Amino acid sequence: MDSPGETRRYGRRTFLAVTAAGLSSLAWGKPVWQAFSHATQPLQDALLPPGLLPDGWRIYTVAASMPRFDPGTWRLQIDGLVEQPQSLTYDELRRLPRAEQVSTFHCVTGWSVKNVRWAGVRFRDLLAPARPLANGTVLSFVSAEKPYVDTLTLRQAELHDAMLAYEMDGAPLAREHGAPVRVVIPEMYGYKNVKWVERITVADAVESGYWEQRGYDVDAWVGRSNGF
Amino acid sequence: MASDPRYVRRFSRTERTLHWVHASAFFVLLASGLILYLPSLSELVGRRPFVKDVHFDTALAWLVAIALVVALGDRRGLRRTLAELDAFDEDDRLWLRRIDRPQGRFNAGQKVNAALTAAFALLFTVSGFLLWYGERDHRFRFASTILLHDGLMYVSLVLLVGHLYLALIYPATRHALRGMTTGSVRRDWALQHHRKWVDEDG
Repeated sequence: MDSPGETRRYGRRTFLAVTAAGLSSLAWGKPVWQAFSHATQPLQDALLPPGLLPDGWRIYTVAASMPRFDPGTWRLQIDGLVEQPQSLTYDELRRLPRAEQVSTFHCVTGWSVKNVRWAGVRFRDLLAPARPLANGTVLSFVSAEKPYVDTLTLRQAELHDAMLAYEMDGAPLAREHGAPVRVVIPEMYGYKNVKWVERITVADAVESGYWEQRGYDVDAWVGRSNGF
Repeated sequence: MASDPRYVRRFSRTERTLHWVHASAFFVLLASGLILYLPSLSELVGRRPFVKDVHFDTALAWLVAIALVVALGDRRGLRRTLAELDAFDEDDRLWLRRIDRPQGRFNAGQKVNAALTAAFALLFTVSGFLLWYGERDHRFRFASTILLHDGLMYVSLVLLVGHLYLALIYPATRHALRGMTTGSVRRDWALQHHRKWVDEDG
């Protein structure tokens, strides 16, 4: 009880309580927040106009500016250990068998975006015309954003939900998401999902990608790599 | 000005320097942070590695500047201020329950704001350091770090809007800004808002 005239040290108590809550949230923040936003999802849908809050994406880039897609001059090169190197226009790429999926995108820094609708080409269909050689077991994805590069083994690229995507949430891939095409491999963290892909080189050995040269794991399985 | 009897001195040079160092660093950190955080701004500005450096270097400069002001400024005065901010008497407790009671140099709301600002500064620093260091040593990467950093930003933004409203717009309180720029405020205003302090100082 407060007795009249008594002075209480609420200042330091407030400081210590907020600091303790904040520091401990490093242990409980994400699960609690996920449960909370899941529970209040209907409310958010009812009350908030779409687009008011950030949609959950953060745009990570490594170069001074984002590549700009010009449909007239853009080509996707497929080369390396193949019988028939390819140079595909955007229209030729769009005529390949179309695949669609809904999957969750996880970033290694802790954020995730649920239920992203992707459309694109499965790697098996994309590579078939080039006829990879038997020793070609690795795909190296070169981004138009220099010097970004990353690799997947052929087995990883042929997972049922991996693709080279050209649509996201019903629209052509936006510039900040890697227009016109990006890698989508939901079982791995975002840095393996190379944006602005302009060249796929078939190789026989895994190379370290941009972030892997900076200490990240080559096999970036969600929940089973990079210290998680 | 100090001799003008119509005015009383509210904030020392050290206090004002501390306030403006914190305020200017906060705006640069907020602007660069939003560019890193909001996709539309990220696309507009580009140059992410540069913006990241600006954000990080500003944070370092802010910490160094705060340490310098404390080291070179009026430390005894700061300790006294800290004790004032810490202590809530009965009038403060009633004031927080929206009962009009005479207040000291800081009203109870300003004391709460100071405690929150200090805690947030510490939490921003810790979570920011973890975001930076976690990129280099994965044992220091936690899934919730970025959530803490973002959450602090959102709450700070709300506090900042309230602070700016009271300091720049709300007629009854905006005279307080003069205290933070020149150091002194009108005696009649102080008597109305901080009577116990004026009475004490005579």
